Amino acid sequence: MISLAHYIVLGAVLFCIAVAGMFINRKNVIVLLMSIELMLLAVNMNFVAFSRFLGDVAGQVFVFFILTVAAAEAAIGLAILVLLFRTRSTINIADIDSMKG
Amino acid sequence: MPTLNDILILLPEFYLVGAACVLLLADAFMRPAQRPWLHWISIAVLLVAIYLVIAGQPPQAVTAFGGMFVRDDVAEILKVFALGTTAMVFVYARPYLIDRKLVSGEFYTLMIFAVLGIMLLVSAGNLVTVYLGLELLSLSSYALVALNRDAKLPPEAAIKYFVLGALASGMLLYGMSMVYGASGMGGTPTLDLAQLHNVMSYTTAPTLLLFGLVFMVVGVGFKLGAAPFHMWIPDVYQGAPTPVTTFIASGSKLAAFGMAYRLLDAGMGDLSQHWQLMLAVLAVVSLAIGNLVAIVQTNLKRMLAYSTISHMGYLLLGLSAAGPEGYAAAMFYAICYALMGVAAFGVMLALTRAGFECEEIADLKGLNQKSPWMAFLMLLAMFSLAGVPPLFGFWAKVLVLEAAIHANMLWLAIVGIVFAIIGLYYYLYVVKVMYFDEPVAGSELRVQPDKPLRMVLSLNALSLLVLGLYWGPLLGWCRRAFGL
Repeated sequence: MISLAHYIVLGAVLFCIAVAGMFINRKNVIVLLMSIELMLLAVNMNFVAFSRFLGDVAGQVFVFFILTVAAAEAAIGLAILVLLFRTRSTINIADIDSMKG
Repeated sequence: MPTLNDILILLPEFYLVGAACVLLLADAFMRPAQRPWLHWISIAVLLVAIYLVIAGQPPQAVTAFGGMFVRDDVAEILKVFALGTTAMVFVYARPYLIDRKLVSGEFYTLMIFAVLGIMLLVSAGNLVTVYLGLELLSLSSYALVALNRDAKLPPEAAIKYFVLGALASGMLLYGMSMVYGASGMGGTPTLDLAQLHNVMSYTTAPTLLLFGLVFMVVGVGFKLGAAPFHMWIPDVYQGAPTPVTTFIASGSKLAAFGMAYRLLDAGMGDLSQHWQLMLAVLAVVSLAIGNLVAIVQTNLKRMLAYSTISHMGYLLLGLSAAGPEGYAAAMFYAICYALMGVAAFGVMLALTRAGFECEEIADLKGLNQKSPWMAFLMLLAMFSLAGVPPLFGFWAKVLVLEAAIHANMLWLAIVGIVFAIIGLYYYLYVVKVMYFDEPVAGSELRVQPDKPLRMVLSLNALSLLVLGLYWGPLLGWCRRAFGL
């Protein structure tokens, strides 16, 4: 039987993978966007698990809002990415360093 | 079912949604020659919204949509100042946008949507409303930072802001999911902030709750721009178009205070002894990093960014006192910072022209000889930021320090005073450059001839002096909002 704890651990693992993906990744901005999505999905996993096991729908309603906002967020992120590529022809993270200090 | 009353309580917000959509459509159908009108219409839209907020204020705090939305005095004050400072940003932005050919409906519509996000955030009564308000503000801000598409720095600033902002939202949401879960262990699960208030007393999973609280504090720290979550602030301030920087330095900070208050006091007030120390640590680190790194900056926008970080340290000082007095002091500080930030960036906007970006501190050399009045306005802003009596910034600092002392955190107040003295150096350096350095030969330093800008900027900077002498009414308003 899969218990609530299993789902919460799965959510935590996904969240950690997402955060690690952001901090370890040194190559590509698209990987960052994927990590952001993964992080929000980890949160959704938590909400749905709690909602299901505690018998309350509010958590699942919140998940709908998170999914909707995540879509808008991805759209804006990709738009900024396109601008970035247009102005400097690279999306390598190591090259995005014109401001320092 | 939402009733008519619910809609009336949210009237200013509904009105802004409608107005922003109408502006967007008007922009699409306007002839280029008519486009300058957008500017004045947008300012009028904001002024009407201020009127609706003040005129429709119910005598007591009311909630709408089943507790999702709270309309009380705290929200009213923050909304009035967020709308007011944004209207000032519009006035200051006009010459800048015209010179850079950025006048478009997008700027005004996105700004109005961002303010709408602030209004939802500071009135939030539920975790869902907090999240939606925050994202409306953040998503609009990301797009605004990248407004100047063809320059090199804005897209870079925008992607940094976006990635770190999304990380912060993720942390905040993860914390919210934990808190939601903890509220359901031993009771009814809830997302309502008022009901979350006493979760600690019954939950069978206090560790889960504290775990969630830590993540939420990290999220709030990111949005405030408190160290060690400040990495985005300097790059965004420097890379964003100056009017957008001005907005991020004013309206966004009021929103961040509102969010911290709603989440930590309304939602997690029972856990105040736990988050108090976390905020105190954030405050000390912010004061140290902000003030020390600002000293070595040569770029004025970047210097003001680090100065923001240190000011958020003072704001956290008030919040960490975790009582009505501390909240009132912190709100007073947030309002004060918003007005000072708008004034300081306003002077930079007044000196920026086509082909000349007034960004470096060295650009201000000899400003007193070129324009004594502008130099005086900048002097007022700098002295107020530094906290020189009798200016507005001084009283704001005194009040947060007093609140910290009353909350038995004398050590925190001493740290605050020490860093206020260290901070004097870089503010006074700007004044020295303006007054005692010779202008560079062939310098293009000239003030924008735009009349509304000069007038509103003068009023804005002089208000720092006037409010420094008559700060009583504003403070009384803030204290009443917290029941003092």
